[in-house]
Amino acid sequence: MRRKKRTRERQYFFDKPQNVKRALRVLYAICAVLFLIDFVYHRHVEHGWEALWGFYAVYGFVACVVLVLAAKEMRKVLMRKEDYYDMDD
Amino acid sequence: MIWTTELPPFAPFFVGALLAWITRGRLRQTIMLLVPAAGGLHLLGVEPGVYWQLSFLDYTLTPYRVDRLSLLFGYLFHIAAFLGVLFALHVRDTLQQVAALLYAGSALGAVFAGDLISLFIFWELVAVTSAFLIWARRTDKSLRAGFRYLIIQVLSGVVLLSGILIHYHESGSLAFVYLGLDGLASWLIFLAFGIKCAFPLLHNWLVDAYPEATPTGTVFLSGFTTKLAVYALARGFPGTELLVYIGAIMTCFPIFYAVIENDLRRVLAYSMINQLGFMVCGIGIGTALAVNGAVAHAFNDVIFKGLLFMSMGAVLQMTGRINGTDLGGLYKTMPITTGFCIVGACSISAFPLFSGFVSKSLVMAAVLQEGYHGVWLALLFASAGVFHHAGIKIPFFAFFAHDSGIRTKEPPLNMLFAMGIAAALCVFNGSYPWFLYDLLPSTVNYTPYDATHVIAQLQLLFFSALAFTWLKLSGLYPPELRSVNLDVEWIYRKLAPGAGAMLSAIGHPVDSRIRRAATRRVQDFIKVLWRHHGPHGVLARSWPTGSMVLWVAVLLAVYLIVYYA
Repeated sequence: MRRKKRTRERQYFFDKPQNVKRALRVLYAICAVLFLIDFVYHRHVEHGWEALWGFYAVYGFVACVVLVLAAKEMRKVLMRKEDYYDMDD
Repeated sequence: MIWTTELPPFAPFFVGALLAWITRGRLRQTIMLLVPAAGGLHLLGVEPGVYWQLSFLDYTLTPYRVDRLSLLFGYLFHIAAFLGVLFALHVRDTLQQVAALLYAGSALGAVFAGDLISLFIFWELVAVTSAFLIWARRTDKSLRAGFRYLIIQVLSGVVLLSGILIHYHESGSLAFVYLGLDGLASWLIFLAFGIKCAFPLLHNWLVDAYPEATPTGTVFLSGFTTKLAVYALARGFPGTELLVYIGAIMTCFPIFYAVIENDLRRVLAYSMINQLGFMVCGIGIGTALAVNGAVAHAFNDVIFKGLLFMSMGAVLQMTGRINGTDLGGLYKTMPITTGFCIVGACSISAFPLFSGFVSKSLVMAAVLQEGYHGVWLALLFASAGVFHHAGIKIPFFAFFAHDSGIRTKEPPLNMLFAMGIAAALCVFNGSYPWFLYDLLPSTVNYTPYDATHVIAQLQLLFFSALAFTWLKLSGLYPPELRSVNLDVEWIYRKLAPGAGAMLSAIGHPVDSRIRRAATRRVQDFIKVLWRHHGPHGVLARSWPTGSMVLWVAVLLAVYLIVYYA
């Protein structure tokens, strides 16, 4: 295991910024297609909200944003130094 | 070898543990692989029934009972033991190898226990044997975490035993069948199961201890203890409505912790509680579909969570690091491990064609069918969240993210094989769920792969990924930080010791006054004694030496006479 980077090291896939961009573009495209499917295919549903256009898409997106932002706020209350318990444990 | 159907599944594991203890090298490796492989194949031929019953004092014990539910967990524990042994095959530490086999054997014993006393015995054996997998890390931290773990696990056993004794007193029966929540006895048993199942507020032992075990030990730990609790709940308390809400809370609260946790194995431990929540919820609903979903999800979870713990174990073993802050860019030198980790991540996130999809769907469908709409929304939130922290965070921060500069290599072949088999099982169960469905306690009339369902799930997951991407690119995503986050353990690791110290500070002056008064009493008493027994006291007058010599001579004379008479 070497922590220092060797010079003239092999270039890996995500070392090239255009590959990262390409991956992101694929993700955006898939999301767009999945969102548009709702306008074409009628999902049969059990619950009223499910029938809303883009329900799962919006719910997934909002859920994750809320999750992360709430967790970030939680840090203010819950976060302690790494050796918090070691000091007098 | 005489191996009849009467031989309970735990026996080969205990014999194997003994053999592993006295052998070394290739021979030990062969024995260790053979035990779960042969045991599992043998179990395939075992039919439901009662195979071993005995009377002990006034009790009728049934240490070996087989039905469809215990068979499913029996197969599962053999698979988990085999994968764990294969993953740890290179380990030369006798303590770990022996403990692992004993642990797996004890869990199997508990699953096939037909009465509550046998269940209790194996319940405690599971606790004790598994603690050694934590201590085997041989660090100060793991020693302490192991003790905290053991205390809580043994406590669960003690609560279980008190519940069992009251239950026996009330009902006169020790059979481990449906119990239901009524009366003190069943509440105690419920609580004992709840501790092992990591119910909210009782969960902290899991996230405290599992990440402190050895790289291979955590893989074993993730397979048995909590799934045993799920089995016990599924047998004793199906349809208990309280479980629906407990399960819903379990799916939601750990994911917040998982987002801000730095130790990636601790992230997985939190996500484990989240997955247990789905199972607990299913058991709480209690319909055939829901219980099927719960146990099917337990089955798949052991394999995909095992796979994720294996990939993180491999990272820890090869780099010596496990914190998100220290890792990144490992895909360059560990591409195969990266691939397996992603398969595990897809499975836990319930991507179509991966195992989590076909089992979690059963629970979700049951929740919706029974009209628990709030719970359904909570589970949906948790489904998006689990993809976020386990599906994306784990592979991303370990293998991609910023390049940590660490250059390592793939783990040993046995580790890769174990991960490979687990990954194959994840894909197989996900793409061809009917094999697993046929093993479930009741018949399944559910098709996971219809267009509606697949589209809905893909929308949920891809937009979760989109949210992650957006948060990451916009800089809103909280960075990985070296830290600990307060959890319930704060009460017994900080508050209680602190309160103890405070009490002694307040109590010290009072205490010393009481002591002084007591000392004075004792001194007075000694003075009285001194007066009567002291050198000048009546009772302590010394005798002349001559009289003593005389008495010794008399004694000798008596001795001589007795000897020759």
